[in-house]
Amino acid sequence: MIELSNLILLLVVLINFYTLGTSRLVACIRAVAIQGGLLALLPLVAHGLSLHTLILAFWALLIKAILIPTLLTRTIREVRIHREIEPLVGFVPTLALGALVTSGAFIFANYLPLIAEHRGSLFIPTALATFFSGFLLLMTRRKAITQVVGYLILENGIFIFGILLSEAMPLMVEAGVLLDMLVGIFVMGIVINQISREFSTMNTGRLSALKE
Amino acid sequence: MLLFLVLFPLLLGALAFMLPSERWRCWLLPLAGTLHLGGVTSIACHPLPVGDLWLGLDPLSLLVLLVTSILYFACSIYAVSYLQLRSDRGTRTIVACLLIFLSAMTLATAARHLGLLWMAVEATTIASAPLIYYNRNRLSIEATWKYLLICSVGIALALLGMLFLAYAALLGGVEVTLQFDHLLAESSFLSTAWLRAGFVFLLVGFGTKMGLAPLHSWKPDAYGEAPGMIGALLAGGLTSVSFLAILRALQIMNAAGLGDLARQQLLALGVLSLLIAAIFMVRQNDVKRMLAYSSVEHMGILAIGIGIGGIATFGALLHLVNNALTKGCMFLSVGNIHRAFASKKITDIHGAMRRLPISGTIFLAGFFAVTGSPPFGPFISEFTILRGIFAGGHFWLAGAFLLLLAIVFIGMGSTVLGMVQGTPDESTDTAFKDTFLLVAPPLLLLLLVLLLGLYLPPPLRHLLEEAVVMLEVK
Repeated sequence: MIELSNLILLLVVLINFYTLGTSRLVACIRAVAIQGGLLALLPLVAHGLSLHTLILAFWALLIKAILIPTLLTRTIREVRIHREIEPLVGFVPTLALGALVTSGAFIFANYLPLIAEHRGSLFIPTALATFFSGFLLLMTRRKAITQVVGYLILENGIFIFGILLSEAMPLMVEAGVLLDMLVGIFVMGIVINQISREFSTMNTGRLSALKE
Repeated sequence: MLLFLVLFPLLLGALAFMLPSERWRCWLLPLAGTLHLGGVTSIACHPLPVGDLWLGLDPLSLLVLLVTSILYFACSIYAVSYLQLRSDRGTRTIVACLLIFLSAMTLATAARHLGLLWMAVEATTIASAPLIYYNRNRLSIEATWKYLLICSVGIALALLGMLFLAYAALLGGVEVTLQFDHLLAESSFLSTAWLRAGFVFLLVGFGTKMGLAPLHSWKPDAYGEAPGMIGALLAGGLTSVSFLAILRALQIMNAAGLGDLARQQLLALGVLSLLIAAIFMVRQNDVKRMLAYSSVEHMGILAIGIGIGGIATFGALLHLVNNALTKGCMFLSVGNIHRAFASKKITDIHGAMRRLPISGTIFLAGFFAVTGSPPFGPFISEFTILRGIFAGGHFWLAGAFLLLLAIVFIGMGSTVLGMVQGTPDESTDTAFKDTFLLVAPPLLLLLLVLLLGLYLPPPLRHLLEEAVVMLEVK
């Protein structure tokens, strides 16, 4: 089972890199959908089959892999913008930064005080790497939709960490957290729509009237 | 009873969505506000036992809930006339979101499980985003987007911080839980490394939501573009709820023997907030943005009070009450002035006292209250915090505290006096006049602030003292 979960986690890290390097928004959203699907498998792989893990896996699959990507795809279809052009930081530098952050996370995790079973497992480094990759995407892109994708990846990192602590998060709370995310993305989608209608762009760089 | 307080605003919110009549829909707000205040008061008179796994009120959360409920009540009365003034906007979204917002704030204060607390705070972000977007123009889109993204990311950091607390329990070999009372009971076993990291993330996360500098960048925009009534609820209610979440983290740090570390961090953010607010408040050209910086200032004062500890803790909790009521009074009266001059730029507003005798006077009195002048409540609480700073021997800090408060007083004073004095420019005239329902709520809040400055009712003092005990190092 360890091999399977490590395989999934490695794929998750690869997807982080893919989103950092691509300029096509549709591809970016698809990648995040696949990442969500992979994450939904993790509770089953890590804790075995039980009612709790089955419901959690199903709910995560529904929200992270199906509903949120559908919402985002619909949004970019409505605003008719398909590419991230001229990001704040170029694609190659962001990829390099992403590599730096990921290797940093893997090295850092070695120094963390962990319980015996988690030593050498990929869960914690992957969680940290995914978290910071999402943050990086959020900071370096201009398009509102890519920033939302960054937020999703960041939340995915937290979700991976949360799988290790499933006793702490009762199903009700976990479900509520995912539902909050779904509604949050829904509202963000509406705002993106309004941004493109008012400014005829999705670049948040245009949102600069409010400052001191 | 508590569950009822969380659920009935949700039901009313659903009703608001379905009700076809624009006219009757806004009356759901005073109904909810009154029921909520009644329910909270009855709980305050006959405290329920804490110890429920999910929901419960201890003195600290009761204090926050009581303040929020009073503020919401005042805003809900104000809302009826306000929404009729702006009937072209439609009321469906705003009324429904305001009701959901009340439910989420109640849940956040009553939650005994940190995961549930997180969920509720995130729900307040989502429910308040459409409220900030109410004016539907370019500036309000920008403000909403910043608010939504910055607060969502901030809150995500807080979630990671909570998971760190759970990992601290896992490493400590005790029950892995996020149930607050259990976590508090086993706090001496928690792994300190993870606990420290968790507190930093929680402080940054909920500090973003509360608007402590340097995490406040969304605040002037959101408060500036939202209607005055929404500004009142955010600056008075939501900030107090987020502060409660930080206090929960502090309780755990205290119990684990790391209280001093946590207090130092709070103190640092508090001083920085006060400094940033003082800098940006001087020569601020937009009255609502000025109030937003005033909110950053008062969040800083709260953090300093808790950071100092001792008698200042009492001052900080009293200040939480004063700040919520004063901010409510200020934002509601500024909302009226904004309507009457159709502008919130101070270059356009002169002679508010002549055009709006009552709102203008409330605004002026509110300015004296918010800057900590006697005989209003904030004077007492700020003075108590100052006494705490001196008692702790931090003389430099006390000097800086007084200096920054003086700068704020002068900066804000020149703006406010320019607005209320003089003769109004004829070209800015609008049909807006003070009406009873638009001035009674801010007046009520002002009178409460005045009362708290002159006399602290024994039940409230008792509640504050009980809450202080919870925050002290045992």
